[in-house]
Amino acid sequence: MTATAPSPRGSQGRFAPLAAKARRIWALIRKEGRQVVRDPSSFAIGVVLPVMLILLFGYGMSLDVKHVPIAVVLEVPSPDASEIAASFQLSPYFETHITPSMAEAQTLMLSGKVDGIVLLQSDFARRAAQGDASVQLVVNGIDGNTARIIEAYAGAAIAQSGVRVAAEGQGDGAAVGGQAVVENQLWFNSAYDSRYFLVPGLIVLIITLIGAFMTSMVVAREWERGTFEALFVTPVRTDEILISKIVPYFLLGMVGLLLCMASARFLFGVPFRGSFLTLTAVSMLYLLVSVATGLLISSTLKSQFLASQVTLVATFMPAMMLSGFIYDLRSVPLAIRLVSYLVPARYYVSLLQTMFLAGDVWSVILPNAAILAVVAAVMLALTRRVTRKSLG
Amino acid sequence: MVASLLRVMALIRKELLAVLKDARTRNMLLLQPVLQCLLFGYAATLDLSNVPYAAFDRDRSTASSALLAKLDGSGVFHRIANLTDAADMQRLIDAQKVLVVIQIDPNFQRQLSVGEDAAVQVIADGRNSNTAGAALGYVNAAVESFNADWRGDHGLPPPPVQVNARAWYNANLETRWNLIPALVGTITMMSTMMLAALSVAREREEGTFDQLLVTPFTPVEIMAGKAIPAMLIGVVQATNALLVAQFWFRIPFAGSYVTLYVGLILFLLAAVGIGLFVSSIAATMQQAMLYAFVTIMPFALLSGLTTPISSMPPIIQDFTLINPLRYAIDLVHRVYLEGAGLDRLVPDLWPMAIIAAVTLGAAAWMFRNRLE
Amino acid sequence: MAAVAAGAPVIVCRNLHKHFLRKTKENVQALDDVSFEVARGGLAALVGPDGGGKTTLIRLAAGLLTADAGELSVLGIDVKADPQAVQDRIGYMPQRFGLYDDLSVQENLDLYADMHGVSAADRRSKYPQLMEMTALGPFTRRLAGQLSGGMKQKLGLACTLVRSPELLLLDEPTVGVDPLSRRELWEIIRGLVRDQGVPVLLSTSYLDEAERCEQVVVLREGKVLAQGPPKDVTALAEGRTFMATPPRGETARVTQTGLLDDPAVIDASPEAGEVRIVRQPGQPDGALARLKLEPTPARFEDGFMVLLRRAAASDNQVQKAPAAPLVAKDVVIPADHEVVVEVRDLVRRFGAFVAVDKVSFEVRRGEIFGLLGPNGAGKTTTFRMLCGLLSATSGTLKIAGVDLRRGGASARQQIGYVAQKFSLYAQLTVAENLDFFASAYGLRGARRRERIDWAMAQFELGPVAGLLGGQLPGGYTQRLAMAAALLHEPQILFLDEATSGADPMARREFWRRITALSQAGVTVIVTTHFMTEAEYCDRIAIMDSGRVLAQGTPAEIRARGATKSDRQPTMEDAFIAVIEEARRPAPHEQAA
Repeated sequence: MTATAPSPRGSQGRFAPLAAKARRIWALIRKEGRQVVRDPSSFAIGVVLPVMLILLFGYGMSLDVKHVPIAVVLEVPSPDASEIAASFQLSPYFETHITPSMAEAQTLMLSGKVDGIVLLQSDFARRAAQGDASVQLVVNGIDGNTARIIEAYAGAAIAQSGVRVAAEGQGDGAAVGGQAVVENQLWFNSAYDSRYFLVPGLIVLIITLIGAFMTSMVVAREWERGTFEALFVTPVRTDEILISKIVPYFLLGMVGLLLCMASARFLFGVPFRGSFLTLTAVSMLYLLVSVATGLLISSTLKSQFLASQVTLVATFMPAMMLSGFIYDLRSVPLAIRLVSYLVPARYYVSLLQTMFLAGDVWSVILPNAAILAVVAAVMLALTRRVTRKSLG
Repeated sequence: MVASLLRVMALIRKELLAVLKDARTRNMLLLQPVLQCLLFGYAATLDLSNVPYAAFDRDRSTASSALLAKLDGSGVFHRIANLTDAADMQRLIDAQKVLVVIQIDPNFQRQLSVGEDAAVQVIADGRNSNTAGAALGYVNAAVESFNADWRGDHGLPPPPVQVNARAWYNANLETRWNLIPALVGTITMMSTMMLAALSVAREREEGTFDQLLVTPFTPVEIMAGKAIPAMLIGVVQATNALLVAQFWFRIPFAGSYVTLYVGLILFLLAAVGIGLFVSSIAATMQQAMLYAFVTIMPFALLSGLTTPISSMPPIIQDFTLINPLRYAIDLVHRVYLEGAGLDRLVPDLWPMAIIAAVTLGAAAWMFRNRLE
Repeated sequence: MAAVAAGAPVIVCRNLHKHFLRKTKENVQALDDVSFEVARGGLAALVGPDGGGKTTLIRLAAGLLTADAGELSVLGIDVKADPQAVQDRIGYMPQRFGLYDDLSVQENLDLYADMHGVSAADRRSKYPQLMEMTALGPFTRRLAGQLSGGMKQKLGLACTLVRSPELLLLDEPTVGVDPLSRRELWEIIRGLVRDQGVPVLLSTSYLDEAERCEQVVVLREGKVLAQGPPKDVTALAEGRTFMATPPRGETARVTQTGLLDDPAVIDASPEAGEVRIVRQPGQPDGALARLKLEPTPARFEDGFMVLLRRAAASDNQVQKAPAAPLVAKDVVIPADHEVVVEVRDLVRRFGAFVAVDKVSFEVRRGEIFGLLGPNGAGKTTTFRMLCGLLSATSGTLKIAGVDLRRGGASARQQIGYVAQKFSLYAQLTVAENLDFFASAYGLRGARRRERIDWAMAQFELGPVAGLLGGQLPGGYTQRLAMAAALLHEPQILFLDEATSGADPMARREFWRRITALSQAGVTVIVTTHFMTEAEYCDRIAIMDSGRVLAQGTPAEIRARGATKSDRQPTMEDAFIAVIEEARRPAPHEQAA
């Protein structure tokens, strides 16, 4: 952005061109602010959607499996079998339905009322005593994630039950032998709370929404309504128009960030281990990238409808799908992983997850922030090139 | 009656022409489901592969090597470092170079040999607890497999209680099998709702709605003429997505197409009803688009597509009862993967029918009373 | 203003070329070797048919577009090289002035004052002046989106004038503005030229406005047909203009329509109950023979028509449509004169606001009825109620015996409606649009083909049949809208400001068709801002603030304007007199 405009030759531009420039920018920013406040659609994107997303992500969505309905078939109650059944009943992970008949359990499964069946057959007690009992576990595999958790939990519940001890007591301890036992440590999120990673992701979505989606709509609107035509034929410079479009939405994005931070901290109790200053700095970088993307799209398309669609497809969807926010990028095919490197949100997600849960890890922060800074500079330069005071 | 049908046909033809004429819109509507299915099918997976891990083998015995070999051979893990210093562990995880570090204690083999349990410490990066949880599951499986081998090799009996797990409908528990059929509903809902919402708003904004109203069209004919094209496009999109599911991802189709399409049409009717209701409130295209967007967002997020409904708080679960997508996703899953017939789908069908009836009725009422 | 030497032209334009690519990849030559100068001082007007290049030229001068070739300098600055320097010094008002609807009048003004760097002291002296000039003083806190069309236009002009520009560019500043506001806007512009010596270049489709300028440039299809003082153009028709009284038993409109195709006639229009005729010299009298012709002084419009006719002849183009009757039936002037539209004590309220207040009128079969009034008078609301788009709060409303709001499909089959703005499907082609409306009106089989062929031929839509509605050049949109509204041969035709922004040639064509329709027994109800068009009506009603102020034949209405001066009052004089008289008891009670 040029520091000073070429001094206009007219009678009034002569003194203090910088002051006139500042005044124009300030007037345009004020105008933009008034429009945000008065236009219900700006209000909807800038305020209603972020709040809704915060509530949905914070309260509605959870990847943690809880209250999964299962059926435990207890054909003949025995102490061992009942103990296993009880452990399912007491578990917060399951809503347990105990039935003596496999046929009934299957009916429940077919009608979709339960997602899994634990079958403790009538000879369970006897065979457990002999050391070769088996528990049949049937899961509805449609939701693989839930199914896996049922399997893992059922396995653990059975293994920990008194059965094993009872069996061992009969034989020679050495003959049973030792085994490798896994001791888990989940760093950064020992509570396994999925909000811990959903909330940082939420910030990405909201900043993308305000920065790119909203900016693209308001700029396209000026083209569509013809308000730019009159504005262009004034002493206003292109860079002034751009600055005045960037600043308000940048600020609104920062408000969105604060809102998210506050709800993360006070509503959802997600820890934040980095420094607020670093967070603000990298968020500003990503916000700049988003705003510049929105400006670039709308300056190119000049139509609200197209701009909004393209912005959704080009920024919002990748921020959700290809940023590593929900789905891990290490497991996707190479082609998609390569594409994900082009998604700025990816770097920001990485930064946020690190800062929230790990702290200011400079080996993560510096390279990611550097990439964002470069992208921001490139996008701004492109926007500057594309935006012209011309109707051509 | 015939005259009325002909008018509706003309309106349908006009709507389809207007939407499909523009190459950009046409591509967006018809190719988008395919692209989204491909993208989501590959990107949105909770099934891990290529997980980078580091081994911190302090035992350096045949047993510890065998355990690590299990991991390396699983196809899921990919060892990128052998650590010699505990400090490296922190460094690699912090920098996101590895997702998991496996630490094997110095006495691993000796403990196993004397029949003691030996600890394998698994340290996972919990920044994405979802991925980390899945990775831990895979480590567990690998360790189980190692244990079984060890017992076999050392002539030990199998554990007294065995769990024989079997998964119905999706034996390998692939995320994709869950996701892609669910997308059939999600993608078609987004498009049909937007189309229905925008088609009326566009006419209003461009002034053609008045022109339409002074012709002999009745409000019901206009509603039908707006709803049917959006539904037709929805059916084509759903078909495209189903084709990708079957022929690209090779997810076997277990049910009947007739059942599936009956369910889908009911669902599309509900989606179009919501779209038309939105458009009856909106004054401009921009408003229609935003209202539709604000409606789609919670419907998509609270549908069971990304997170299970059973894990949501009760009040939110109650809210999902008015979400047609919730029923549609369940319906497609059950027809596609379980092969359920119409009789088993009644719990999904009647709520969608009610939603369709209520929203279409409300939209018709709004049109009649808001023509001012 | 020191940069330009006194007396040097403010705009110099030499061999200017500009073309556009349409979406269909078609090349449109918007400006083709245009050269002219605008001298310092006074008003210069750009006139000419739609699509002639007026807007393109103004945008080029404002630095919003770049010419393909040629030179263009404004205030001595090469626009191509330094558009910003031009933009720093001129004032520009685009056709669709981009006011921010969600900012108030004051906020819009402040924004433009800040853009132009107007100091606080200058504002203190300027604002009251602008408010006085535009009469917007009482509305400074109202949002611009809630202003009436005329007020918006005035605010747009005020925003352009927040600082004194060295040159003012105005693109159709009075389009869609009622005669009262138009008069006020012109007073502002004239005052500016007179008191501050600001040179002005404006484009307009009102030829009486062009006549009041010091200089005119006539553009047609991107070429300059004439430039100079308006009297040079007027001189082209000198000695060729006559007034004729229509034969007994015939209305001026019918006589005029009969003359339009005569080779001896360049132009004919009804005026004050007589017919104004511009003759083509060297042609036999033809239909003129039966009329008594009184010579009358030529006007700019007459000269303009001569000019366009000449240009059309040189392109070997038959400008006038073949004289095929519009409706396939024989011309039957109905003797019964039954009432087909009956409106009694019609009231429409929006909350506390009374938009239409006890309006009553009757229209008989075959009549052309004109509804006139300033912006916001309640014309469109009345219209929407007539068409069944809006329910009445109270009163009786019968269209061919039924209320359309309740009448259902068969009642709507009787009417045709052409809305204020183009309202056909922009994404469909002309042929597809006609096809759709034919189906909508239940036309089938041979009848359908016949009607579509008729519409294509009658409105000369053949060459554009494959173009999208949204890409139609200027005058065609109007024709397409009319064609679609007439496919089902309605008995009653509603036309809401159908000629707004159309050029004089297109308006002649339009009225020629309306006249033919009414001769075939179709009842026509129109609203318009062109007072000269009221002359075509059998009867007119003037509305303001929701009430009918005057009703009668054009002659009767014209008589109401007679009090003011000794010259023959025009329809516009009468209109303004009626409105002002009605407003006098309660001044500034203008409806938004």
